[in-house]
Amino acid sequence: MNIIVCIKQVPNTENVQIDPQTGRLKRDGIESIINPYDEYAIEEGVKLKEKFGGKVTAITMGPPQAESALREAIARGADEAVLISDTAFGGADTLATSYTLSTAIKTIENYSIIICGKQAADGDTAQVGPGIAEMLNIPHVSCVKKIEVIDDVSIKVERMMEDGYDLIESFLPVLLTVVKEINNPRMASLKGKMLAKKAIIKSLDAISIGADIKKIGLNGSPTQIVNIFNPPQRTGGEKFVGQAKDIAANIVKRLSDLGVI
Amino acid sequence: MVMNYMLSEEEQMMVETARNIAVEKMKPVREHYDEKEEFPWEIVKEFAQADLCGVYIPEEYGGFGKGIMGLVLVVEELCKVDGAIALSLAATALGTLPILIAGNEDQKKKYLLDIASGKKLAAFGLTEASAGSDATGMNTTAIKDGDYYVLNGTKCFITNGGDAETYTIFAKTNPSKGARGISCFIVEKGTPGFEFGKKEKKMGIKASSTRELIFKDCKVHKDNVLGKEGHGLMIAQATLDNSRPGVAAQALGIAAGALDEAVDYARKRVQFGQPIASFQGIQHILADMATEVEAARALLYASARMIDAGTSKRTSKESAMAKLFCSEVAMKVTTNAVQILGGYGYSREYPVEKMMRDAKITTLYEGTSQIQKNEIALNLIKESAAKTK
Repeated sequence: MNIIVCIKQVPNTENVQIDPQTGRLKRDGIESIINPYDEYAIEEGVKLKEKFGGKVTAITMGPPQAESALREAIARGADEAVLISDTAFGGADTLATSYTLSTAIKTIENYSIIICGKQAADGDTAQVGPGIAEMLNIPHVSCVKKIEVIDDVSIKVERMMEDGYDLIESFLPVLLTVVKEINNPRMASLKGKMLAKKAIIKSLDAISIGADIKKIGLNGSPTQIVNIFNPPQRTGGEKFVGQAKDIAANIVKRLSDLGVI
Repeated sequence: MVMNYMLSEEEQMMVETARNIAVEKMKPVREHYDEKEEFPWEIVKEFAQADLCGVYIPEEYGGFGKGIMGLVLVVEELCKVDGAIALSLAATALGTLPILIAGNEDQKKKYLLDIASGKKLAAFGLTEASAGSDATGMNTTAIKDGDYYVLNGTKCFITNGGDAETYTIFAKTNPSKGARGISCFIVEKGTPGFEFGKKEKKMGIKASSTRELIFKDCKVHKDNVLGKEGHGLMIAQATLDNSRPGVAAQALGIAAGALDEAVDYARKRVQFGQPIASFQGIQHILADMATEVEAARALLYASARMIDAGTSKRTSKESAMAKLFCSEVAMKVTTNAVQILGGYGYSREYPVEKMMRDAKITTLYEGTSQIQKNEIALNLIKESAAKTK
């Protein structure tokens, strides 16, 4: 069973800082990590491989330095890795990203399952996984917390809901997005790290995946970020002190002055 | 910041792997295992999965081939978080070393693969009620009967006892020959006549199991003799020369962990309107702790590198020095960490009281500090005598 795991390199959210002037992320000195949700995706892929055989291919779209996320995926048990990298992909929104990743996935043969993390810790959209499935014209199930049964043609999974879970059956190939309840990701092993160090990471650009130039990067992105800003800091409220009776009267007067009551 | 000890890329990889497991997997459960005194199987699985169990075992037997230095680096890093859980791995190394040192090719192939992969743990069985520092006082016998040896006797205080699968056991094959009448055997759990006695209740290292091993007419095949009959005590001594850095690394890790806790606390704890780290009385204690930890590390790494280089016939003196110094430093540093945390340090809410309890064993097992001093002095005298001959 061949599995594709889509991952994203994100800033380490544990110590993220925002520039108060520009509202943008301070990237200097911030460590890049695999999107935490994607760690569950990798682990689930590796577990399926260990059970059923086949291979796990990790794939990411990003700048050349995203290669380190792919090496980490190999250290955690992925067999191969593909970096989709081209300056033409810059500024992509979720639609263009879904298009680019799905186009690249079309060059990979014989996969049964594509696994993505539920969402990325930076953009938090949760759209790219389902977007890839739509463009590949395959079914998808989001927020999967357990794979129940799997055979040559179909899969049964539990989709996490607020008040329980849905049991969903689907044909293969299928795309799953996974939540953290699905497994307990292993740490990179020493042998994995050695393999990761030596691994050759395949790099594909816009031309080699045969992407339509109008559908990638800024050109292919109908949504644009117009402004990023910090919500204004909450100022302290008005404080009434004194006897309870006087305070109550003051509050009523203040509220009626404001036209609230 | 730590000093630069010129670690290789692979050594750094081992440190990083051990640190990840210690912080992500061990830290959340360390109180649980200390409190419940359970064997930490879930963490042993993590060690196995991350290939940490065989760092010191040669690659041809499934290990990572990074010698005593590899073992030291991993044990130190794990023990910064918990010196008891890590002992499952460190005590396995002690039980495995006799096979690495004296095993023949068949024995190595048969036993090392499963130990390197973490599928099996090992244990070292030398100590008895009447044989602590003086191993020749042992009463366990192994009497030859055809192709077999029949073992009778009781070993005590055996780390990993009951949880390990593979045991290296020392017994008298010829009681009249004293030190030259002891042999070493590989005995597997499940061998008829091999049973486990009571589990010790201890001051510290509670996540580690310490049990009696009881042999009652236990038949062990002669293929399981390590080295030659009568060479047991030599194998034990060579094992301890190689294993003491493991204990030293445990001690160093515990000390380094306690130092981190103490500095962190001193920065945050405010008294008399300022962090207690701003008081020189506290600063000087911290400075001494940090200097002692670094000196211990430098001595330990140098000893481990010397053992791995294999250029010296015996390394008893150096490994004893590392063990003596690191374990005494661990006791001092953890005691001072409790002092800096004050009442909170004495409370189980903070980890330093546990570190102090765990540290104490390192001045005791695999030879007390006093025995290490005997070893060091004996070698000093021998070296001097050899020069003036």
